[in-house]
Amino acid sequence: MAEKTALAIIGGGPAGLAAAAAAYDCGITDITIFERDNELGGILNQCIHNGFGLHTFGEELTGPEYAARFIEKVKERGICCETGSMVLSISPDREITVVSKAKGLRVIQADAVILAMGCRERPRGALNIPGFRPQGIYTAGTAQKLVNCEGFLPGKEVVILGSGDIGLIMARRMTLEGAHVKAVAELMPYSGGLKRNIVQCLDDYKIPLLLSHTVVDIKGKRKLEGVTIAEVDATSTPIPGTEQYYECDTLLLSCGLIPENELTLTAGIKINGMTNGPEVDDRLTTSAEGIFACGNVLHVHDLVDFVSEEAGRAGRNAARFISGEGAKEHEPDIHRVIAGNGVRYTVPCTVDTANTDEELHIRFRVRNVYKGCTITVSTGDGVIVSKKKRITVPSEMEDVIIKPDKLGAITGDITVSIEEGRV
Amino acid sequence: MTRELICIGCPMGCELTAEVEDGKVISVTGNTCGVGKKYAETEITAPVRTVTSTVMSDKGKPVPVKSAGAVPKDKIFDVMKDIKSAVVTLPVKIGDVAVTDAAGTGVDIIVTKESF
Repeated sequence: MAEKTALAIIGGGPAGLAAAAAAYDCGITDITIFERDNELGGILNQCIHNGFGLHTFGEELTGPEYAARFIEKVKERGICCETGSMVLSISPDREITVVSKAKGLRVIQADAVILAMGCRERPRGALNIPGFRPQGIYTAGTAQKLVNCEGFLPGKEVVILGSGDIGLIMARRMTLEGAHVKAVAELMPYSGGLKRNIVQCLDDYKIPLLLSHTVVDIKGKRKLEGVTIAEVDATSTPIPGTEQYYECDTLLLSCGLIPENELTLTAGIKINGMTNGPEVDDRLTTSAEGIFACGNVLHVHDLVDFVSEEAGRAGRNAARFISGEGAKEHEPDIHRVIAGNGVRYTVPCTVDTANTDEELHIRFRVRNVYKGCTITVSTGDGVIVSKKKRITVPSEMEDVIIKPDKLGAITGDITVSIEEGRV
Repeated sequence: MTRELICIGCPMGCELTAEVEDGKVISVTGNTCGVGKKYAETEITAPVRTVTSTVMSDKGKPVPVKSAGAVPKDKIFDVMKDIKSAVVTLPVKIGDVAVTDAAGTGVDIIVTKESF
């Protein structure tokens, strides 16, 4: 007979930890966190820089310190954590196959599952950079792990492609460790990272940020010798004659993150083509009953504080589902959430207004840089939320909150859109 | 004289405009909260940063650390020199001092992750 657990949480990073603590506080004590690494904390363990926790704790923490706060919560509650345990598959009826050195291969039946597997970096193979494949090309996160966890500096002369936050953070980190970061090239006309990171990671060290530039050639057969960077036009096509050669021994790639959903697919769960994460409703339930998702596996976040908040909701909803409180008391009244003008995607995709009592968070990313704009949420009967913004950028996730008393008034689809001038 | 700055106090990244006279900040606009005003004032008169890095341990495993407070921006590389020459003996817990008074700034370098 299969082993049992009330709530199985896949992943012991920030999402999994916060979900576990929240579910426990709703009365579910039989929880198991499965973590494939040998320690809890996930990616926070290698994010040794500060800037985490301003929303959650009102102070600026480093990644390991932020993780420690949540690991403490999980330990205080005596929640079972199986580290060094790799989940291989999840069935639609929540049977989990897991393998570990300590316990071998097991099948565990869970009453509810929370997917919290996080995301991974887009590798070179997905970027279509021409040229050789020499040693010396790393994703920014791999370099981060090498420097911060292994104490090993991958190179001395560095070029970074992509201005995602990890790339910016690594530009500073490599500089502090004695490397020379020659440039950060970004294909888009705007940065992919937070503004504060441009200031404190690039400007502070006079590292140039080349917007609308990309790597068009890689030189070096065994070991990287240099890269050629060219300017691109509005269609991202390199402009002939703008090529410039940079001698370097290291190229870091910080070109986006992809939610890690192989396990989600084994359960036959429907994936949203825009986020590459599962489609969820307002309870963060996926298309498989009793399977919830939160954190970067659902959609890539820029702030861990938002991950913890979202994971808390997933934990509470999973607890309700297990205790039977999640049963739909009323006839469901389901509304679609539509990504309108200027909005790339929304999480959730659907809202059941008849069976919710929590405030509704709609999280989304905009398609472009918009200045002096208004975010509006409208339904059949007009605008229900309108929020003025000085600036919105694709690299920063937006969050609009709809109070429970406004949900009753919703008729038809819920559309989130951006009004006003694009820059 | 006016100076344009981007606040690094939180991820919002407010665009600040500071009026400066004789090296002194007269007014700050564009900030959403008090952090922005304070940031503009120190950034223009004496900029500071929190330094994060790793210290090597006796067991050859790096241990993450941070400066317990902000240090002058022009002292960052001196602080790094002290961090790089330090070695901590495991086990250590969060808050343990790895370097006392780094580069004469009066700021300690403290451990940010329990390591053993």
